[in-house]
Amino acid sequence: MQVHRYEKIWLAIGGAVLALFIVLLAVNAFAMGMHPPSDMQMIDPQKVDQTPPFDKPGLKQIGEKEYDAFMTAYAFSYAPAVIEVPVGSKVNFHVTSKDVVHGFEIPGTNINFMVEPGFVNSASQVFDQPGEYLILCNEYCGAGHHLMATKIIVK
Amino acid sequence: MLSQKADHIAYTTRIDRAAARLSLAYILVAFSAFGIAALFGMLQGMVRGGLFELPGWLNYYQILTAHGVLMGLVFTTYFIIGFFFSGIARTTGGSLHGTALRLGWIGFVTMVIGTVMDVVTILSGDASVLYTFYAPMKASPYFYIGTALLVVGSWLAGYGMFASYAKWRREHKGERSPLFVYLAVATMILWQVCTIPVAVEVLFQLIPWSFGWTPTINVLLSRTLFWFFGHPLVYFWLMPAYAAWYVCIPRIIGGKIFSDTLSRVAFILFLLFSIPVGFHHQLMEPGISPAWKMVHVVLTLAVVLPSLMTAFSMFAVFETTGRAKGGKGLYGWFKHLPWTDVRFFAPFVGMLFFIPAGTGGIINTSNQMNAVVHNTIWVTGHFHITVGAAVAMTFFGVAYWLVPALTGRKLTATANRMGMVQTVFWTVGMGIMSLAMHTMGLQGVPRRTAYTTYMDNPEALNWIPWQRVMGMGGGLLFVSAILLIAILIYLAFFAPKGYTEYPIGETDGEQAAPALLERWTVWLSVLAVLCVLAYAYPIMEQIQHAPPGSPGIRTW
Repeated sequence: MQVHRYEKIWLAIGGAVLALFIVLLAVNAFAMGMHPPSDMQMIDPQKVDQTPPFDKPGLKQIGEKEYDAFMTAYAFSYAPAVIEVPVGSKVNFHVTSKDVVHGFEIPGTNINFMVEPGFVNSASQVFDQPGEYLILCNEYCGAGHHLMATKIIVK
Repeated sequence: MLSQKADHIAYTTRIDRAAARLSLAYILVAFSAFGIAALFGMLQGMVRGGLFELPGWLNYYQILTAHGVLMGLVFTTYFIIGFFFSGIARTTGGSLHGTALRLGWIGFVTMVIGTVMDVVTILSGDASVLYTFYAPMKASPYFYIGTALLVVGSWLAGYGMFASYAKWRREHKGERSPLFVYLAVATMILWQVCTIPVAVEVLFQLIPWSFGWTPTINVLLSRTLFWFFGHPLVYFWLMPAYAAWYVCIPRIIGGKIFSDTLSRVAFILFLLFSIPVGFHHQLMEPGISPAWKMVHVVLTLAVVLPSLMTAFSMFAVFETTGRAKGGKGLYGWFKHLPWTDVRFFAPFVGMLFFIPAGTGGIINTSNQMNAVVHNTIWVTGHFHITVGAAVAMTFFGVAYWLVPALTGRKLTATANRMGMVQTVFWTVGMGIMSLAMHTMGLQGVPRRTAYTTYMDNPEALNWIPWQRVMGMGGGLLFVSAILLIAILIYLAFFAPKGYTEYPIGETDGEQAAPALLERWTVWLSVLAVLCVLAYAYPIMEQIQHAPPGSPGIRTW
């Protein structure tokens, strides 16, 4: 099989850039620990309301400026309704679904993950700027999907 | 001498009536679905732009489901099968033999029954689950059965094509198969393999559960099986467009196929690297470990290589043809391409769209960057310039010559000019719409969401002007769609009788291809190994260490 010389050069450059790209992704993921949200923790989706800590969704302070936010998603809202934290806080979101698949996204941040029945999914964010942050569902979940949102207030 | 040669070509490129009728039947359903889906698409754009409100009996998510199913599954699959049957007939002597025709028609009827079941359940409001039908949202069982029949019918049509290929090889021992047939067979093999996981999902998970025979469903497993199918699905759309680029475009511009062998190698690489990669659609999901996600990310990126090969081949054909026609200097050849020929112009614009589309795809699949764009309307923008521009515009360009070639009519100069206008509308409309979608996606605007301001949230209110721009792009696309349908009706029923060429390119001189390329058992084995590597362990884990299942819910 003969390959044109220019095509060899073209593919070699493309291949090299690709290899470099994959290495960077891997370094980012494994050396710097920037994995996508991949929590493996399980929960019975029909017993979320009886399973701590999701029986009492809310904020729990775990450090000077660090909080765990245990939240539930359901058609078509989140619990608790509104969260408030001081500026500079790190919030570890732990979210599970009581019914269908939902999304959990805070526009303007890197918080964006799937909330699936049967699993808890998690991601963390440091809120350096005061303001009201919109939390919205970005996975179609039914007739009221476009109304499914809440907010986090950073003071 | 020239006219004699033209006559000879005219004689050998005709397709007999039986094959033409089969092909036309598929094309007819394809563009009927396209027209309805385009109307729904326009309505969605208007609703989301805040320009229009749907009447009470029609729900946004219902027409969103219809748009996705009719465009993504019906228009594409029917067009692809119709195109392939005609091209196989064209390159194997002008006809299809009995087995191929029979399987083609049985497949067609099966697909139509499935399509009708899907459309009825969607329009009656019993299946507003979008074309991804994620559990545990539970649609009517007849929606799932309809989808299964659509897939099974396409399998049967694929067997018809394999039968044609087998017959050709029996009759031409030791010869290399026609390039078009090879590319069609590679695409249909991809389809046979990648639809197995979704068939398992539908038959063993969704149907029994939606009838109530099983109380709950393993949600993560159903999603994994869906995306095992979902990514190769996009290559099932792309590869027929590539087949038109590799085989038909060189003939249309008056050039030669760049390399027969490299075209085949590219298709083998697409076959191998587009299937074991589904986790890149599930990067933001719980229950799948980061390491397994990374394996799929790396395999996904491998598809860059055959994509670069395709890009090189195309522009090599353009340049060598342009130079042969007298183009001088570094870019002089560019002027010598047939810019006023819609058969070339529409697919060419599609190719240009594929440059940002492919780049966006690399962004989507990159582990970390995916968090910025996942489930935002960026993704919608992405697949509207891949399947909605690169693929769709190629299919339009093909339809402009395929329909009159099959009905024995002429692609007139007027029809060609109208086709150019249609292409410009589509280009501008898609350009505006996808630019708006990509821009909004980076700001976090969610996809698959009806008009909303999230209770007048200031951030969300800022998005509305862009949503309006997106809606206007959709309006232009709809105008283009109407124009397309009108031209195709003219070409099918009203254009003057005559001859339209079915363009099939030739290679420059005799090119030898390694026999290994036609040994499908080898490639299927490599593919099986890749699939087992990428999926066996994660799927086993998802079955053995599953959380309690979910009951079905109707949330619409």
